[in-house]
Order: sequence, then structure tokens, then C-alpha cells
Amino acid sequence: MKKTVFALISSITMLSVAMAGCGAPGQSSSGEQSQGENSAASDSGSTEKKVLRMNFASEPPTADPGLAEDSTSGAVVRATFEGLTRLKDNKPIESAAEKIDVSEDGLTYTFHLRDAKWSNGDPVTAQDFEFAWKRVLDPKTAANYSYQLYYIKNGEKANKGEVSLDEVGVKALDDKTLEVKLENPTPYFLELTAFYTYFPVNKKVVESNPNWANEASTHVGNGPFKLVEWEHKNKLAIEKNENYWDKDNVKLDRVEFSMVNDSNTELQMYENGELDWAGAPLNSLPVDVVPALKEEGKVITQPIAGTYWYKFNTEQPPFNNVKIRKAFAYAINRQAIIDNILQLNQLPALGAVPQSMSLNPDGYFKDNDVETAKKLLAEGMQELGISKLPEITLSYNTDSNHEKIAQAIQDQWKKNLGVDVKLANTEWKVYIEDLHQGKFQIGRMGWLGDFNDPINFLELFKDKYGGNNDTRWENAQFKELLNQSALEKDPAKRKEILAQAEKIFVDEMPVAPIYFYTDSWVKQDYVKGVQVSGLGDIDFKWADIEK
Amino acid sequence: MFRYLGKRILFMILSIFLIVTATFFIMKAVPGGPFTSEKNVPDEIKAALEAKYGLDKPVFQQYLDYLKGVVTWDLGPSFTEKSSTVNQIINRGFPVSAYLGIEALIIALFGGIILGIIAALKHTKWPDFTSMVIATIGLSVPSFILAAFLQYFFAIKLGWFPIAKWESFKYTVLPAVALSATPLAFIARLIRSNMIEVLSQDYIKTAKAKGLSTLTTTVKHAVRNALLPVITYLGPLLANILTGAFVIERIFGVPGLGREFVISITNRDYTVIMGTTVFYSIILVVLVLLVDIAYTLVDPRIKLGGTGKE
Repeated sequence: MKKTVFALISSITMLSVAMAGCGAPGQSSSGEQSQGENSAASDSGSTEKKVLRMNFASEPPTADPGLAEDSTSGAVVRATFEGLTRLKDNKPIESAAEKIDVSEDGLTYTFHLRDAKWSNGDPVTAQDFEFAWKRVLDPKTAANYSYQLYYIKNGEKANKGEVSLDEVGVKALDDKTLEVKLENPTPYFLELTAFYTYFPVNKKVVESNPNWANEASTHVGNGPFKLVEWEHKNKLAIEKNENYWDKDNVKLDRVEFSMVNDSNTELQMYENGELDWAGAPLNSLPVDVVPALKEEGKVITQPIAGTYWYKFNTEQPPFNNVKIRKAFAYAINRQAIIDNILQLNQLPALGAVPQSMSLNPDGYFKDNDVETAKKLLAEGMQELGISKLPEITLSYNTDSNHEKIAQAIQDQWKKNLGVDVKLANTEWKVYIEDLHQGKFQIGRMGWLGDFNDPINFLELFKDKYGGNNDTRWENAQFKELLNQSALEKDPAKRKEILAQAEKIFVDEMPVAPIYFYTDSWVKQDYVKGVQVSGLGDIDFKWADIEK
Repeated sequence: MFRYLGKRILFMILSIFLIVTATFFIMKAVPGGPFTSEKNVPDEIKAALEAKYGLDKPVFQQYLDYLKGVVTWDLGPSFTEKSSTVNQIINRGFPVSAYLGIEALIIALFGGIILGIIAALKHTKWPDFTSMVIATIGLSVPSFILAAFLQYFFAIKLGWFPIAKWESFKYTVLPAVALSATPLAFIARLIRSNMIEVLSQDYIKTAKAKGLSTLTTTVKHAVRNALLPVITYLGPLLANILTGAFVIERIFGVPGLGREFVISITNRDYTVIMGTTVFYSIILVVLVLLVDIAYTLVDPRIKLGGTGKE
């Protein structure tokens, strides 16, 4: 009997010891709560604090602009840093730079910086920019997005270790003047300087502490907000940066981000008043509730620069025949897929370049053109000398939305062309590897623009074995036009050249475009001025709460 | 006893070594790596990344480095989460998972035992049926549905608890309840069937014949014996529940270790996969040992390995 009692007592003691060992969730937050009360108390008397409550779908992988490569990190970095330019209403405006001179040949940019300070009080200098860009290009930094800086003279060579970093075309002439030399006249260069890989970092801070970007206490930025709290995996908060040059235009006092991954939970928190925003661009709205939300007229939808397409493997029959590729592309009823499956007002893609940067808004062919498709299929089969198509497999990565779309298209091909297509899905990373290695016949892929220029959606098909082509398609004329566009300084002429290139691309149809992406979200009525750019980037600088 | 323990610990180390080895090579065999992405970067950038994380070395060298890392408990940096090392991820995630897990375990144990005893004592009467209906629901309803139901009812309709996030005690209640449902039901059923069996044993009749009260008979004789299978179940359950629950953590936005384990595999975040696997296996083997020891304390008929034979 004694032993039982002993066993019970000992197991209870063990449990309680274990409990004591585990950090109760209350402990860490209690400190912050009192802090919050203090600051609130000090502000009492003045107006109520303007706090925006947002949600991240995941922990931001980094708060270092040089290493960021995803939209969550991008949101943090865009709020806490400031590039030479910043996008406002999709146009780059001067930000850290006060004045920008461009040379006649479009190859040299001189940026005159305004007097601005880092969040720790240091002045923002041209040397900080030079340091930041060279740091990204340094192979030792191993920044995945370093190729964003390949437009700078010798940027690519330095990153690949062919020339030293000193030969990169960025130089601080003095504390406030930054001179940048480019490889080619790049008409969209000022859009690029608004991209986070081009943001500065505080040279002194980075050199003295390599882990500076990992915690809120050591993080230093020059943006409208500063990072004040980062409880990894749980929450992150930014507050207005009093050292910011344009602080008078920053209305919010604080933005708080929780990190709830589940989109249903996020929406419920929004509906319960615990969040001010739910859905894109930081997460997505759960598809099942979208019709109901739309009926209430709450959903805000905006097209973003992204194309969802099916890539053909143009080296394998039957898709080595252009007519068969076209037949498959024409026989898809895109509008039906958007209306019945996607439901978020996506736009049918009848070209490669999305609407926001469109070269030809009417598209290059007709959606659901069954008659032409049938004719082309017959002709194509004749050209190949076959009376029956070989077995065709449509691949996609495992995901319920991709599956629904694939099933719909499988059905449309069956009905419209009388072709049986098999479906195959694999896990994401396995899928990408297969696609990059050409182990597919038709494969799904999405492509999002990094900056607002059509070249984003064409350049990847320039080289047969280019890292993101996958289709093994190549066309000399297309390539030549892209090369021309890189040298053309006149924007109108350049647009024309790119439109010609897109036309060739659609005529050759190495991919069947399906739809252009949109971002959809719901927000509380008092939230104003949050900018979601045509690229799907979120910016809080001009945000406000008007209760 | 000490000899036995020594032998067990030796086997524990061996099994952890085997787990590390198997995980490492299976992980390497899976197509796609941490830097495989939608946007393929130039080979030189990939090479620079691989050099930075030591992935350019021969696989066997990487394996040896990793073994060294496990022994010194330095599990390396995370590939996807650049701001954290694997040690930090475990140190941050485990306390949260353990807190949630132990809270759920307490609910499951007390709830399950009480429910099971009531059912057994009132065998084939309405309390029995009620308890068993609760238990069946607990076992058969998937945790994510239960979680959504709890959120809807207790957070949105009644407003007693927050919907999600992890800040203070009241944030832990709903996820703990959702997590405890399955083990609670399981324990209730275990206790019930064992109690019924034990209650028909001769020594219970003897106890009753001696004139002991129902309470004394139940607590001193019946429950003690009925607890044995629960203890067997407790080891794996504890390991399971402590190391986190992916679905529950995801739905309630709990920053625990469970979701790291799952997400790291999708991301091919090699160091995190290895780190969490090794950590879990250590917890599992240690708990299995503790359960074996606990047996001898509860049931004097069981003696620890070999001593009887020698």
C-alpha cells in the first residue's frame, strides 16, 4: 500500500517539477504588458494610440534586408528600412535619396541622399548603401537574392567570384552622394532601388554584431518604423521611428503582428475583432468562406503581378509540336475555372505578362476556343504523323487548389478535344526538382514578378537551359528582342519590342497561361492607407486608423 | 537494478545513434534540398549557400560533423529561418509544447480516470453509457474539428477564452482541451475495462466480505490494479503529447515544437529535421525507461530485468 502512495506522490512531484521547468506563457508577456501599460500611461492625456493588428502566416525568416527573400520578411523589412526610392501608388518616389541624376546614356545614376538617421541615431550615409550592396554580392554572405543586384556593373561577376568586390559599380563619392554604374541602361532601375535587396544596412552595426538582425533589441533600421518586439514564432511589433526623416507622414504608433498560420483561425480572429485585417498579402482567405464573404461585399480584390501557367515539355512528343501545344492551351475554359474554383476575381491569362504591367491587355488569343483547338490538334497530329496521342500526364504539386484546377482542365480537354490526360501530384520540393530537370510533360507553375516590368515574365524563357525555363523552349528571334530591349532607352520603343517578344512567345506557346493572380483580403473599415502594390507587397508607411 | 539500468542506458544510446544515422541518410536521399525553390537561382549562388552551410562536403563528412554536433548538442543553424539556430528553436519551442502537453495530460488523466471509474462502478447503467458516449466522441472526432468547435463555442459565442495565440494561461485552455480529448477517451476506456475485470476478482470479493466500504475497496484495491495498463500507455502518450501536436499548434497559433517538426520536412531544413528528430527520440527512450521503472513501483509482481533469473 505504501508503495502505491509513493508512486502517486512521486509521479505528481515529477509532473509538477516538469511544469515548473516549462516557461509558463504568462511569464514572458507579463513584463511586456507592464511595459505597454507604462508607455500607455505616459501618453494618457493625448489621443489614443493608433495600433494596427495584423497577422503573419509564419515567423519571418529574417529581418535583414540583404537576406530577405519572402513576402513575410519583406513586410518587416519594408517597414523598418528605407531604400533610395519607395513605391507609392506603384510609382517609385525619392525616399532615402533626395535627388537622383541619371546620365545621358542611362548607365550612371547619382543619388543625393537626404539628411536622415538610423533608428539608433547614426546618420544614414552613402557608405552604408555601398557596404550593403557589396555585402549582398559577396559570395561569403550567400544571399539567395543577390541576383537582384546583377544590373549593377560587375555585380554578377563579383557575386560569382570572377572579379573582386572593389570592381562593383557602386561608390560613395562622399557621405551623401552615391554613384551607381549599371551594366545596361535599365529603365526600371528606380523600381529596383525600392526592392528590399537594395536597402541599406548600418555598416557599424553589421560589422560589430553579425547577429544584429536576429532580435528586436539589436535591430537597427532607417525606415518609418523600428522593430521593438520580436518573440520568435509568437509575435512581432514595430513602432513609429522617431528618427525617421518623414515621421510627420507616419500616422500609426504601432503595428502588432501575431503569427497564426491557419487561415480559418485568422479569419475568425478578424471577425471577433481581434485582428484588423485578414487574408492577402500576408496570408490567404480560406476558399470555402469566400462566397459568403463576397456576398456581404467585404472582400477587397486587387490584381497582382503573377501568372499561373502550365508548362509544356517542348522536347518530348507530342508537345514538341507547336500546334498541339496551342490546341491544349486554346481548349481551356479559363473563365469557368475562375468562376467555379478560384472565385476571387482572378483574370483569365491570354498572354504571359499580367495586367498590371501589361503589354497587350486584350490578350493574344481567345479563351475557350474549342473550334480552333480541334483543328490545330488534327493538324498537329498529322504533322507528327500519328493517329493517336501518346499517354499524357499533367503534373502538379500536392495542394487541393492545384488539384481542383487540374481536374477541371482534365475534364475540359476530355470534352473539348477528346483527349485522356492522367493527373500526377508530388510533394512540392520533389516536384520542383522534377520540373527543373525536365521530368514532366505538362507541369503547373506560378510566377510572381519581383518588380513592375514585363521583362520579369519573359526573361526566364530566354535560354533553353535557363534556371527557370523548364520547357526547354528556345527561340532566336525572341532572344534577340529581349537583348534589344535591354539596350533600348526609350520606354515606348522598349515596350513595343517587349510586346513583339510576347507575341512570339504566345505564338509558340511553350506554356499555356491559365490565370493572373489577385490578392484578396478583408479589413476593418477604420483601417486606411495600407498600400498593397501591384506586386503584392504590403507597406504600412502611410497607413492610418481613423476610428 | 543498477546493472539493469546501465544496460538499458547503453541500449538507449545505441538506439539514438541508429535513429540519427537512419534519419540522416533517408533525409539525404529525399529529392529536393533546402535551397530548391520556385525561383531557381544561378548555380554560383547555390554553391555559395551550400559552402556556407557545409553542404558542399562529402555526405559522409557531413554525417560525421553531424554526429559530433549531436554529441556536443550544437545542432547548427536553421536553413530557412536565418535568424535562429536549431538549439534556439528547440529551446523556444519545447517549453511551450511541454506546457501545453502537460496541461493536456493532466486533463486527460484526471478526466479519463474519473470517467472510467464512474463507468465501471455503474456498469451497464446510465452513467456508464454517458461516459462511454463521451469517450467514443473523444476518440472518433478529429482534433481539428474539435478545435474549430471549441473556438466557435467558447471563444466566439461565449467569449470565455481567446480564439488563438499564446500569451497567458487563458490562451492555453482551449488547445489543451482539444489536445486532451483523444487520450482522455482512451484512458477512460482502459480504466473502465480493467476495473470491470478487477472488480470480479476474488480479492475484491474478499475485501467486500471483510466489510470494507465500497470507497475503500475501489480506491485501495481496484483502481491500483486498473492503473497498470494506463502507465504503459503513459510513456508513449507523454512523449507524443510533450513533443507537440502539429494540428492543434497550427489552429491555435501555438509556437510549439510540433509544427517545427512537420514544417522542417516540407522545407528540407536539414538541421531542424535532424535536431527535432534526435530531441524527440531522446525524450521517447527516456520516457519508456521511466515507465518501466514506474511499473515496479506500482506492481510488486514485476521485477526489473534479469534479477529474478540470476
